[in-house]
Amino acid sequence: MAIAIVRLHNLFAVVILSGVYSLLSAGIFVELDAVDVAFTEAAVGAGITTILMLGTLALTTDTERPAARTHWVALLVVVATGVLLIYGSLDLPLLGDPNAPAILHVAPRYIQDSGQEVGIPNIVTSVLASYRGYDTLGEVTVIFTAGVGVMALLGLGRRHKGKEDRS
Amino acid sequence: MSHHLVLRIVAKLLIPLILLFALYVQFHGDFGPGGGFQAGVIFAAGFILYGLIFGLDKLKQVLPPLVVEILVAAGVLLFAGVGVASMLLGSTYLDYDVLAHDPVHGQHLGILLIEFGVGTTVAAVMITIFYNYAGRGRLEDGEQ
Amino acid sequence: MIDPGLYNYWIAMILMMTGFYIVIARGNLVKKIVGLTIFQTSVFILYISFSKVDGATAPILDDRFTTYGNPLPHVLILTAIVVGVATSALGLALVVRIREAYGTVEEDEILEQDSNE
Repeated sequence: MAIAIVRLHNLFAVVILSGVYSLLSAGIFVELDAVDVAFTEAAVGAGITTILMLGTLALTTDTERPAARTHWVALLVVVATGVLLIYGSLDLPLLGDPNAPAILHVAPRYIQDSGQEVGIPNIVTSVLASYRGYDTLGEVTVIFTAGVGVMALLGLGRRHKGKEDRS
Repeated sequence: MSHHLVLRIVAKLLIPLILLFALYVQFHGDFGPGGGFQAGVIFAAGFILYGLIFGLDKLKQVLPPLVVEILVAAGVLLFAGVGVASMLLGSTYLDYDVLAHDPVHGQHLGILLIEFGVGTTVAAVMITIFYNYAGRGRLEDGEQ
Repeated sequence: MIDPGLYNYWIAMILMMTGFYIVIARGNLVKKIVGLTIFQTSVFILYISFSKVDGATAPILDDRFTTYGNPLPHVLILTAIVVGVATSALGLALVVRIREAYGTVEEDEILEQDSNE
């Protein structure tokens, strides 16, 4: 799927394929027990991102100029980095290992105590909103800033242009 | 656009369900999967679908851009305001224990409020982004 | 012998490198952003892989289950997805502005126009 995205020059097909790719990765997340994440990915990746990308294509152009040649240097860098990463992954704990350090650190406290301390069944929500409220506030601020940024880049330019048209 | 009869009827049937589902996800996020982020996105998707099918002008009548822009800020302010409220009630920032008579209820209330703030901001930002893209496209068509 | 428990990481890394290749090698700015999205999703898969526990269920408390997946990566990725779409919207907005200023979204044509000025 992803390789087809590299090869295709028709950007419309690329965008639709990336939507399908998001939906598939949502399936992977369900398989890995992350229902909240899968939910978000399906709604965001397959829905909103696709619409935004199509909106951009409508404003720009929908075919890519074919690249003159394959970028061998880029391919070499990418393959080298990939091999290094895979070599590094050989030391990682296996998938689903209950003794992995990432699982033994703070997670047991959340799982055991959040029921009494916060009193809601969905641990993801209680961590998101209560234990890590600061983080979430930061994330919301980032989204807010991105929204303001889009307004500044596209919306204010429109008003400015409107004035020019009148004069 | 009037010849897309099937599309319009199906959209009319689906949009209320999408919005209802978004509210369900918003307020049921404590018990099942869901929460402010997902609900905001689904809510925005409902409105964007309306805008795509019935046109941007209709959508702007339903939901004026100025209102959406105010909601963008209102969500963040609600979130930060809950933090300030808990500080005023004598605890630390974003500690919900003091918001109600006992800690667990306080946590419930706090989480409900900030999830609502998150949902508001996310939905409003997505709709604003859609307005800006769609509005710009129309302007270019007008110039050509 | 290599254990199949590592395959998930490898898939994430292959996807990551595919996205990386698109970002480096393709000149079209829209495609670069699609590449970034692929890269992003692969990082999500990597993080969620860390949270998987054998025999565990989704982290929603219930009397019938005793083991749950690690909720912390779920929280991080949940917010990261929404932030990701907001930032890619910002990137796409920049692309639209670049297209208006230069009339093209191909990187080398933009550089060419810059050097001519």
